[in-house]
Amino acid sequence: MREAFSELARAIQTGNFVYTGEIEPLKTTSLEETLATAKILKGHVIAANVTDNPTAFAYMNALIPSYVIQKEVGLEAVYQVTVRDRNRLAITADLLAASALGIKNVLALSGDHTTVGDDPRTKPVYDLDSTALVELLRKMVDEGTDLKGNKIANPPKFNIGVAGNPNADPIEPEILKIERKIKLGADFIQTQAVYDPELAKRFVKEVSHLNVPVLVGMAPFKSTGMMEWMVKYVPGILVPEEIQNRLRVAKEKGGKEAFLSENVEIFGELIKQIRKSTSIQGIHIMTIGFEWVVPKIIERSKQ
Amino acid sequence: MIITVHKPDEEIRQMTEGLGKLFLVGCGTCATECKTGGEEEVKAAKAKLEQMGKKVTGYVIVESVCDQRLTRLDLKKNRAAVDAADGILVLSCGTATQTVADQSKKITVPGCNTQFIGTVERIGRYFERCRACGECVLFETGGICPIARCGKGLLNGPCGGQTKGKCEVGGWKNDCAWVLIYNNLRDSGRLDLFKKYRPPKDYSQMAAAREVIFR
Repeated sequence: MREAFSELARAIQTGNFVYTGEIEPLKTTSLEETLATAKILKGHVIAANVTDNPTAFAYMNALIPSYVIQKEVGLEAVYQVTVRDRNRLAITADLLAASALGIKNVLALSGDHTTVGDDPRTKPVYDLDSTALVELLRKMVDEGTDLKGNKIANPPKFNIGVAGNPNADPIEPEILKIERKIKLGADFIQTQAVYDPELAKRFVKEVSHLNVPVLVGMAPFKSTGMMEWMVKYVPGILVPEEIQNRLRVAKEKGGKEAFLSENVEIFGELIKQIRKSTSIQGIHIMTIGFEWVVPKIIERSKQ
Repeated sequence: MIITVHKPDEEIRQMTEGLGKLFLVGCGTCATECKTGGEEEVKAAKAKLEQMGKKVTGYVIVESVCDQRLTRLDLKKNRAAVDAADGILVLSCGTATQTVADQSKKITVPGCNTQFIGTVERIGRYFERCRACGECVLFETGGICPIARCGKGLLNGPCGGQTKGKCEVGGWKNDCAWVLIYNNLRDSGRLDLFKKYRPPKDYSQMAAAREVIFR
């Protein structure tokens, strides 16, 4: 990895196994929930991703919550930036502001298409793609310029993350795409949620030649409803039957509580298994609305 | 080809309110191929307008309405009928409607919605293929346009929205352009072109209103 500017990048560089969490600013003007979530995660994860209009729902701009969790809670942010809603001009401007506010990690994303969002009539931007966003970030950091080469006074210092999807089918073009982003200068990969340890293993193996830290994504289920929704409407994510059945049975036998503790079992075990069989540098846990489960899962994975 | 579809009758009724007498223009090129503005469709539109209580003063199918010279000539040939009309309904693309408006100086009503630049599989099956971006990349992408066919117009795809080669835009029914591109370049032994980084496009090339002037 290049120079580490963030705690997250430093920890990875030191060889520590890291955990990152995720915070979703909602359609609200209140930062209360964001701060409460950050407080739960603090101490258990080294940094938390702050999502940028996830699934193309218009939520509070990710930059302010990213700043606030760092300042108020002392939890480092991974500021997610999608290329869906802003052109290169707006993204450059936001990145300058992010650096002024002390943001050190940026995750470069395409962003789910506007047609799957909460106002499908929206005009999507995609002036850049996520690969070009990596180029922009590198130029800002390394050359102190924007994409066009215009000079920046006090250039920012960011570590750059990119996404990867171990569930991708076919996987080959996905790997080649990641390779291109790493060559352009991304520092780490955070993956989409994986439920099948074999897919995680395959992914890690496929990107191993790139020598880039991989944080494998985990998305435990908050409810059976969420699980069914994921299986039905998120075709990109493969949830093995066995996991689905174990959770369904737990819910039937012991209700909500049993369902959640079965989650801790399944995902703790999954992390343990993936850690044992691969050389990943960390786990990215996405638990929107039930962050209290994060420490339990991490604890379980260590048993 | 410029692909068009008919506007709903109700919209045409609203737009032509107060225009008792109409002249109709169809197009012998794209709109004929699309079944939106050929002889048959213009006649059908005439019948519909008459049912609405309009008088149709005449009609013409210009060989290519977008060619100002042909449109000017045909409007001239039909001068009496054009002059007698309160407005002109154009059953063709947006370029055609503007050409008629410009050449006739009449109130001009678009009878169609222009969809895209596309290919015709057969009558009734049209697919978008070009966004006229001004910087053709088809050589690098196996003859498959990522601007027109990738839901996000990505230059370095595919994105996380593809599953089993299908695109999240439209609910995983359409092919992921970048998987098609990958397959094509892999099969022709040109994966180096896939791996290449394509920097963002120069959108100043697409700034409206574009002109090509070489004489």
